[in-house]
Amino acid sequence: MAEYTIKVRRFQPENGQGPYWEEFNVDLEPSLSVLDGLLQVKDRDDGSLSVRCSCRAAICGSCGMKINGQSGLGCKTQIGEAQELADKKASAVGGDTNGNTIVIEPMGNMPVIKDLITDMESTHWTKIRRVTPWLLPHGEAPEREYIVEPESMLDITQSMACIQCGACVSSCLSMEADPDFIGPAALAKAYRFVGDPRDAETVERLHDLAEDPHGIYDCTHCFSCVDACPKDVAPMDQIMRLRRKAGEEGIQDPNAGHDHEMAFVKIIEKKGTLDESMLLQESFAPGIKGKLKPSKLAIREMLGAIPIGIRGIRTGKMRSLRKLIPGLHHELPGTAQDEVKAIYKHAEEHNEEFNLYIKGDEGELAEIEAEEKLEPAAAPASEEASP
Amino acid sequence: MPSHDVLVIGAGLAGQRAALAAAEEGVSVGIISKVHPVRSHSNAAQGGINAALNPGDSWESHAFDTIKGSDYLGDQDAIEIMTREAPEEILHLEHLGVTFHRNEEGKLGTRAFGGASAARTYYVADITGQAIMHVLYEQLMKYSDQISRYEEWFSTALAIDENGECCGVVTRNVADGSMELFQAKSVILACGGNGQVWKPTTNALICTGDGIAMAYRVGAKLMDMEMIQYHPTTLAGKGFLITEGARGEGAHLLNAKGERFMETYAPNKMELASRDVVSRAEQTEINEGRGFPDGTVALDITVVPKKRVHEALREIVLVGRDFAGVDITREPIHIKPGNHYTMGGVKTDVDGRTDIPGLYAAGETACVSVHGGNRLGANSLLDTLIFGRRSGADAAARAKRVEGSRPSPKILEDEDAMIADINSRAKGSGRRVSEIKLELGQAMDAKVAVFRDEAGITEALETVRRLKEEAKSAYIDDHGTVFNQDLLGAIELGYMLDNAECTCIAALERKESRGAQYRTDFPDRNDDEWLKHIDLEQTDDGPEISYSEVTITQWEPEARTY
Repeated sequence: MAEYTIKVRRFQPENGQGPYWEEFNVDLEPSLSVLDGLLQVKDRDDGSLSVRCSCRAAICGSCGMKINGQSGLGCKTQIGEAQELADKKASAVGGDTNGNTIVIEPMGNMPVIKDLITDMESTHWTKIRRVTPWLLPHGEAPEREYIVEPESMLDITQSMACIQCGACVSSCLSMEADPDFIGPAALAKAYRFVGDPRDAETVERLHDLAEDPHGIYDCTHCFSCVDACPKDVAPMDQIMRLRRKAGEEGIQDPNAGHDHEMAFVKIIEKKGTLDESMLLQESFAPGIKGKLKPSKLAIREMLGAIPIGIRGIRTGKMRSLRKLIPGLHHELPGTAQDEVKAIYKHAEEHNEEFNLYIKGDEGELAEIEAEEKLEPAAAPASEEASP
Repeated sequence: MPSHDVLVIGAGLAGQRAALAAAEEGVSVGIISKVHPVRSHSNAAQGGINAALNPGDSWESHAFDTIKGSDYLGDQDAIEIMTREAPEEILHLEHLGVTFHRNEEGKLGTRAFGGASAARTYYVADITGQAIMHVLYEQLMKYSDQISRYEEWFSTALAIDENGECCGVVTRNVADGSMELFQAKSVILACGGNGQVWKPTTNALICTGDGIAMAYRVGAKLMDMEMIQYHPTTLAGKGFLITEGARGEGAHLLNAKGERFMETYAPNKMELASRDVVSRAEQTEINEGRGFPDGTVALDITVVPKKRVHEALREIVLVGRDFAGVDITREPIHIKPGNHYTMGGVKTDVDGRTDIPGLYAAGETACVSVHGGNRLGANSLLDTLIFGRRSGADAAARAKRVEGSRPSPKILEDEDAMIADINSRAKGSGRRVSEIKLELGQAMDAKVAVFRDEAGITEALETVRRLKEEAKSAYIDDHGTVFNQDLLGAIELGYMLDNAECTCIAALERKESRGAQYRTDFPDRNDDEWLKHIDLEQTDDGPEISYSEVTITQWEPEARTY
């Protein structure tokens, strides 16, 4: 048994006050959860402390919250670990190395109703409904089951593993900047249909999600949702899969998001590092030099980007004008550029998805592969047949 | 007064399936749940769902396994219906979008499960319940114009009209504390089981037997309340579930000496015998000193190929890692039997009808009975879906047939008064609600568990009756209207105590050992005297006992070995 101090950001809508902090002492095994600590407070000291919870086992998705600033589930965060993190954070800024309070707050990007209870309906669920979250199959259902690739079901099982807890939404930096962003949970849900071979509206779904200015290209690739997700759904990965599929369909989005992404790919392949002088042009008018046919959209966007560039120079974000002059970007030494190209070639040849339901954790990949070599019969045939 | 033709209380698998089935009949449907539907406890069902769908398998084989698993207490007409209709239900779910595991040909693939003579369990990794429930919720969203969702509304009492028919329910909107009387022509209770009566339990905090208690309080009969399943593989302490799918994939049970002890108890089926059999075997090993010092035995999943573990048992890799600090792919994990499932419940016929016209029950709340003395793994999801659907369809048919009546506002006043009474109790005037819950759970787990006897059950019953008295003065801290979880906890305690009392009475009454009821003072099954259901009905002096016949169609009781 160990003692911990938890500091909860409270809000009691009926007491006429704004939010306030309250500290509670709890004593429990370090392996028990932050939720267990909160329930101890509720049972022993203050029954008005409010938190949604039910399964205590990271299955129901009720107890999303921020613990020491990190979004996650209260039931899945061990209180001993939360203490270590609190101490690490405090000592990093010159505070005490132990005995710091564990800070607990309601989830972000959602209105707070009471204590740790947030309004998920107006944010999370509204966004989920935005992506037409049900299967839209071809015509009449077959007499038996749909016959599909076994791997395709495993592939979408990763996004099916989502328990709608909202931790990713809470942590999403893009949504903080653009509250209309469809967001990580809803887009992961969308991939569950886009990746489903039984769904007949894949292309329509991709158009919808790519052409919405708050859609898939609104994600800034910050990995916050991947960190926050308690079920390894990796929402950002699902968003990247949507982008790849939208790109494959040749869908042009109003933010030039796809072309912007491809601009990075092309520039690195050519120069090894990012030549910013090419970025605008490649993003908004790819192939402009060769064809001299920039689209109206591209011209508008390029002109629109000029003030951003000026602001960048003025605020020091863009440190050198030189970087904007084409042709001055330095090249990689020796054969380094050939090595970059070799990486590209390898990536293209090994077009594999990383999916926990198929591969397990990264560290175990080698072990599993070794096992497969020992018993080749155990490996499903479809794996060998992948292109 | 909000009004619907069919009102479903509870939004797990049974409730959602019932709502969808009723909506298909074109009636107006409301679905009320004290938590958001996707938080319901059906999502904890990991392993899968049974159906005889493979060529070479048959519904008769599935039915026989279920009957034998039930220790012949299951009603065979209901079991026939469930097993015959199972394949169609699986295909229906598949068509709706459930991402069932596929075999190499791309067709539905199966895994082995306990007590089954064929591999007939269909699954989605080890998140089967969650996957099905989220797909049904997708359908609720799709049909939102026909099905009104009341998410986070807590039901406190059923309304009965002067003809003795159910005509509505009183609920509290959790978000603002307002009380609302809903009118309905048919009401379906699908509120899950009562696992929270025991501590520890695999069940979620919401599983407080609400539906069973609400039905009991308006005079509906309960049945087989003594039949409480202890699952063989739960983590010590918090009681988290390790799916039977682990044993289905080949995991072994070992005692502290490293012996595969199931050889002694079930030489043919080994780890895949029925759950009551495996739980008793484990408890015997532990009681006789062959367990680990923490009162457990070990489940060894390292014998399952790693790739298969990641593909099919991913969830329990996480459970082991996050809640026990054990990497199940590398070392055995300590487990013990733990409270898991309510086989008994509100007595219904095969269309979910209770004794009270207009009142239905489905899923774990109900007792049809298809599980009898012991439920087979992967039959619970099937039960929720088949009888959820049948209840929904019959409730809709009734709604088209009857006029319906307006519930008396008196019931709303009564419920307001009940809440005012709880709020009026001063701090320190009695015990804390949480203390009473803890004492109840520990008493039930100590005395009404895997092994039972008259002295122990009697002791538990006395505790329950004392706690019932103490609950009348138990106080809460929160007197507000917005999300007053403290108040709901006090109401839930009342539900739990009614459930506990009924279980004790029935467990005392059944003087034999059958399925989950193992009486050390009556260690044999006694078909001559006890091949019958125990029914309970509320009176002022507590539950009144009566009996009903077990329906036998074509399978006469036999000795049960695995």
